[in-house]
Amino acid sequence: MLLGVVLVPLVGAGMAFLLRSNRLRMALLIGVAVLHLALVISCWYQQPTSLLGGWLAVDALGRIFLTLVSVLFVCAALYAIGYLRHEAQRSNRTFVGCLLGFLATMSLVTLSQHLGLLWVAVEGTTLASAPLIYFHHNQRSLEATWKYLLICSVGIALALLGTFFVALAGSDHGGGQLSLVVSELIRHAGRLHLPWLKGGFLFFLVGYGTKMGLAPFHTWLPDAHSEAPSPASALLSGALLNCAFLGILRLFQVCLAAGLASFVQELLVAFGLLSLFVAAVFIVGQSDYKRMLAYSSVEHMGILSLGVGLGGAGAYGAMLHAVNHSLTKALLFFVAGNILLAHGTKIAAEVRGVLHRLPVSGALLLGGFFAITGAPPFGLFLSEFTILNAAVNQGHMVVAVVYLALLAVVFLGMGAIVLPMAQGQPVPRTTGSSHAGGESGLLVGAPLVLLVAVLVLGLYVPPGLKEALTHAAQLVGGVP
Amino acid sequence: MAQGVDLILVLAMLLNFLVLGSSRLRACIRAVAFQGVLLSILPLLLHQGGLAVHMVALSAGMLALKGFLFPWLLLRTLRDGSMRAEIEPLIGFTASLLVGAIATIVAFLLSSRLPSLPSMTSSLLVPAAMATLLISLVVLVSRTKALTQVLGYLMLENGIFLFGLTLVQSMPLLVELGVLLDLFAGVFIMGIVIYHISREFDHIDTYHLTTLKD
Repeated sequence: MLLGVVLVPLVGAGMAFLLRSNRLRMALLIGVAVLHLALVISCWYQQPTSLLGGWLAVDALGRIFLTLVSVLFVCAALYAIGYLRHEAQRSNRTFVGCLLGFLATMSLVTLSQHLGLLWVAVEGTTLASAPLIYFHHNQRSLEATWKYLLICSVGIALALLGTFFVALAGSDHGGGQLSLVVSELIRHAGRLHLPWLKGGFLFFLVGYGTKMGLAPFHTWLPDAHSEAPSPASALLSGALLNCAFLGILRLFQVCLAAGLASFVQELLVAFGLLSLFVAAVFIVGQSDYKRMLAYSSVEHMGILSLGVGLGGAGAYGAMLHAVNHSLTKALLFFVAGNILLAHGTKIAAEVRGVLHRLPVSGALLLGGFFAITGAPPFGLFLSEFTILNAAVNQGHMVVAVVYLALLAVVFLGMGAIVLPMAQGQPVPRTTGSSHAGGESGLLVGAPLVLLVAVLVLGLYVPPGLKEALTHAAQLVGGVP
Repeated sequence: MAQGVDLILVLAMLLNFLVLGSSRLRACIRAVAFQGVLLSILPLLLHQGGLAVHMVALSAGMLALKGFLFPWLLLRTLRDGSMRAEIEPLIGFTASLLVGAIATIVAFLLSSRLPSLPSMTSSLLVPAAMATLLISLVVLVSRTKALTQVLGYLMLENGIFLFGLTLVQSMPLLVELGVLLDLFAGVFIMGIVIYHISREFDHIDTYHLTTLKD
């Protein structure tokens, strides 16, 4: 079953490159997405056996992230049908093929228990998603693709160095060697050589942190996420960043078991706050609304890092926050795609009166804005509040105050951009747009479902999900 | 055997300087390729206890990719993109060489202070790895052509590979091959992107890739 989760999209990707018609390829995309989701759901009911001697297995942490990937992919696939109808007249072969390859590699990241295999999978996600960013074939997307490829590849190469450090930490110089399977490293944590492990964690943080968009390694992120077509942006922000975070969390688990808790937790708190700060600075006065959403991703990755770094109830908050953020950010990128189709510009100042012109998208934009900034009653309020509570209860008053202040700045900054876009008087069309007006069900269906989900999560977390999140949090140092 | 290993490591470090000091893109590509060839011999020399299939496969893969396929791809990109083959660095060549020398000294100092390592055939292995890593970062930062940045990335990969040789006994084949596969796909895609950059912009100078900013 686990092999199916990786192989189904991989085979689908191969087929996409062979098929001749655009229509068939879109059908293939939907088919694979739904089949993948079905496989992932079955993992919740029946624990699949681990494969390759424990290299591939699904644990509580991996299952949450895998499910997020799969759910977002179905939404993005449905949305892509409507989006590509307006956007592209040419062949969608590369787009669909790479999208499916992207799904396969992301699934592999969530299932990898071996640090080496994990590295291969994360680098695979970079390579599969780079052509997606180059979708528009213009100078801007070319620049974004180049930055993404080079900065992420170099970053992830450093994570490989970190992986070697961990392997050195597990060798006892007498020829004996621990394998790099996470569970085995945790079991023998007492035997690990701590200086090498610390070095390994630092390189993991820099390497996978680059991919995750933690400041100050986030420089590629706003370019890539704003230039990619919206269905791909949603996946990059909602699914891929989590996968990179999972890479850090795997070694974080090992460090906790080896007694390095305070060292690694302080690092995560520091990078979390720095990311929040950088995101807040760049969100205020941002002129491009897709870039604004990209910086908001940096902000939320900071919050995830902060939550896990605080530990205790904060870890549970971070897990819940990962779910909420993924759903909300995908929703917002879909809405941004609708606005872009209708207005033909990414400059926020040139977009006015979305509520008037695209009533459903306008309402979704407002809803999404309140959700992403953590206003009640949406799910993000609950998770951000849980993390704040953890900081206060542990006596980190400075952290709590800075966190709250930066959240307020982001709220004001985004409000100043989004509210005039939604309200205001529609400006007469200046730039040519391919969109004939009106909103098709495909374009608003997926974001609508996502908004309802985030709203429900704010009011009521189902017991099954709560239990799964608690299990995941316990793996990264959380207490219920 | 040990002398052979030392000789290869010294040569690999000298090639770092060739990349730093050369103004011809073609020469740099060849230098990095030669470094790849040298490194691909090392696993065979370092492996204790006979020739394992694992090691031979790894060496052959490295040799084919880093020694032949990558330079061929990069040289073809250089020719098809009809770009100028001179390098205009942000830091001059003399200064680059000086920085390279400092980086090498730092590498030797650093590696003498590292926590204990498994016993190795050559004491030069870790310093060579560190020096290559540091110099590759210099190349990545100070050279503005997209093609030279790929070369920097390949040197970084070489440095990490050298470091990984301290673990030559224990890394599973599957992971090594996965790394090579990723590397191959990465350079392939980078080559395509560079080709597009040279057509869109009439140059491959990333110094001008500055439309996207805040």
